[in-house]
This record gives sequence, C-alpha cells and structure tokens, in this order.
Amino acid sequence: MSAAEAVLPAHPPSRGREHSHAAGLTEHESHASSVRIVVGYGFWIFLISDIILFAAFFATYAVLSESTAGGPAGRDLFDLRLVAIETACLLTSSVTCGLAVLGAQARNRRLFHAAMAVTFVLGAAFLAIELHEFADMIEKGAGPQRSAFLSAFFALIGCHGLHVTAGLLWLLTMMAQVVAKGYREDILRRILCFALFWHTLDIIWVGLFSLVYLVGMTA
Amino acid sequence: MSNIKPAIESHHADVAPGDEQGADDIARGVRGYLVGFVLAAGLTAVSFYITRSTLVWAPSIPIALSVLAVAQMGVHLVFFLHMTSGPDNVNNLMALAFGLLIVMLLVFGSLWIMSHLNHNMVPMEQLMRMQR
Repeated sequence: MSAAEAVLPAHPPSRGREHSHAAGLTEHESHASSVRIVVGYGFWIFLISDIILFAAFFATYAVLSESTAGGPAGRDLFDLRLVAIETACLLTSSVTCGLAVLGAQARNRRLFHAAMAVTFVLGAAFLAIELHEFADMIEKGAGPQRSAFLSAFFALIGCHGLHVTAGLLWLLTMMAQVVAKGYREDILRRILCFALFWHTLDIIWVGLFSLVYLVGMTA
Repeated sequence: MSNIKPAIESHHADVAPGDEQGADDIARGVRGYLVGFVLAAGLTAVSFYITRSTLVWAPSIPIALSVLAVAQMGVHLVFFLHMTSGPDNVNNLMALAFGLLIVMLLVFGSLWIMSHLNHNMVPMEQLMRMQR
C-alpha cells in the first residue's frame, strides 16, 4: 500500500460497489477494509471462546477453592506484593500494546518497535514473577499434587501464563514481520489480532487477580 | 490503518473489533489509552486497598471485589478494545454478550449444582469409615 493510498479515506464494506466508485475509492481498498473486518471479527469469536475456556477453568477453581485437603490455603501462599507488581506489568503492557498499534497505523517505525519492545519486556517480567511464584510454592510442598485447590489453582493461573507465553512469541513474530515485510495489509491485520489477544489476556488477568488472589486472601 | 475510518458515516458500516472510528490522530488515540490506564489503575488500587483495610464490611469484600473487577473489565473493553454502543459495533457486542451468557451459565451453574451436591453428600470421614 503506497503512502498516497494510505491517506485516502476508506469506506464501509456494506456499501455497494457503485457507491465506492462514486466516493472515488478503488475496489482494492474496499476489499481490504472488508477483509480486515471479517478477520478481526473471526478472531474476536475465537477470543470469546477462549474466555469461555477460562470460565471453565475458573468454575473448577471456584468449586474446589475450599478443598485444601488439610494443606495450605490461598492466604497462606499468596504474596499480594508480587501480584500487585504482576498486575502493574500487565496493565502497562496493555497500554504500550495500544501505542504500538497507533504506531503501526501511523507507519511510525520508531513508535511501533519501541512500544512493542516495552510490551515484550513487561510481559516477560510478568511471566518471570509468575514462574518464581510457582517455583516458590512447589518448593514449599504446595505443588499442584498437594490438594484439589492447588491443582485447580495451577491449572487456571498456568493456563493464563501459557497464553502470555504464546503472546510473547507472537509479539516477536510481529516485530520481525514488520521489519521484513513492512506495513502490508495482511501484516496490519495480524497486528490487530495480536493487540486484541493481548488486551483480552489483560481482561482475564483482572478477573484472576481480583477473584483468585484478592478474594483468596480474604477468605 | 487508513481503512478503519470510514469517511462516509454510514448506518450500515461495521468496524473491526479493536479498531477505533477516526483513530487517525495519534494524539487522540494516546489520550484514550492514557484515560483507560488511569481508570484501570485506580480501580486496581481500590481493589488491593479494600482487601487489606477495614473500609468495607469484611463479609462483603468478595462482592465488592467482583463489582470492581467487572467495572475494570468494562474500562478495558471501552478504552483498550474500543467497544462502543454505536451501530458499527453491534456485531462485536452481540458476540461478546453471548459469550458472557455462556460464562455466567458455566460459572454460576457449576457453583450452584456443586454446592447442592456437597450439601447432600455423606461427609468424607464417614465415607472413609464406611469403606473400611
């Protein structure tokens, strides 16, 4: 897509072809715009099914959260200071991910790569703290095999951690693809999907830190 | 992305989830993310604060935390995912609403039925004794 095309206004795909010509738009742009909506919507449907997956893990956790089998409960294990740092990392990374999308839309290489790099560092910091927390709990004898509560806890939080890991790999891929291929329509669509994925992981984390860690501390 | 801002405001237009109408202006986009960040950070801080303080009546803290979590998810949806109530977002919102219905059925249905099962089950120690 040339710079001249980039500043041309696009038009909604639901308008007929004759309308697009009337508005002075090429068929190519009309096509690109509708593909972006279809791809984004399809990925949105996937993300909603992913949220339902997390709901299943969460329902399991909620049912089993009292089943500690005489072992440690949440309030004996959770360190809210670490959870606060994790939350800050993920929330800030959500904002920098948004800035990266703005950078890509404006074809601003420096903003895009800087924002993506910060997003990666914050995501990696989140993951490192989570792994440290897991290692610490397993060392204390509170691994997933200790009780039903801990099995459900590790499955739920671990599933989110796996998603973050996948997101970090995807993030690096997008940075590499922008370097190698530039801001092509398909690359911009992938950036849109990545941003949706990353923001959704942050929304899921809001539920996890509130309802698993904070409620677990008060129980 | 140039083609996320239809110049012609049509009632039939759709917008891809995550895209913002008229987001060509970087300054405006950044402002949106920063407003969302401040609101979300504020709600997070309140959540962490009420867990440790006696500000909220202790038995109601889990409910308060749930309400704060839902509010923060709403902030994320509006400011980060750019969900609006406009006609161009109806499809995105309907998909989300259906997803939330399933989530509610799954979570509250599980809690409800499992609490009844627990209530009607022979206590575990008694069960172990019977098996000996």
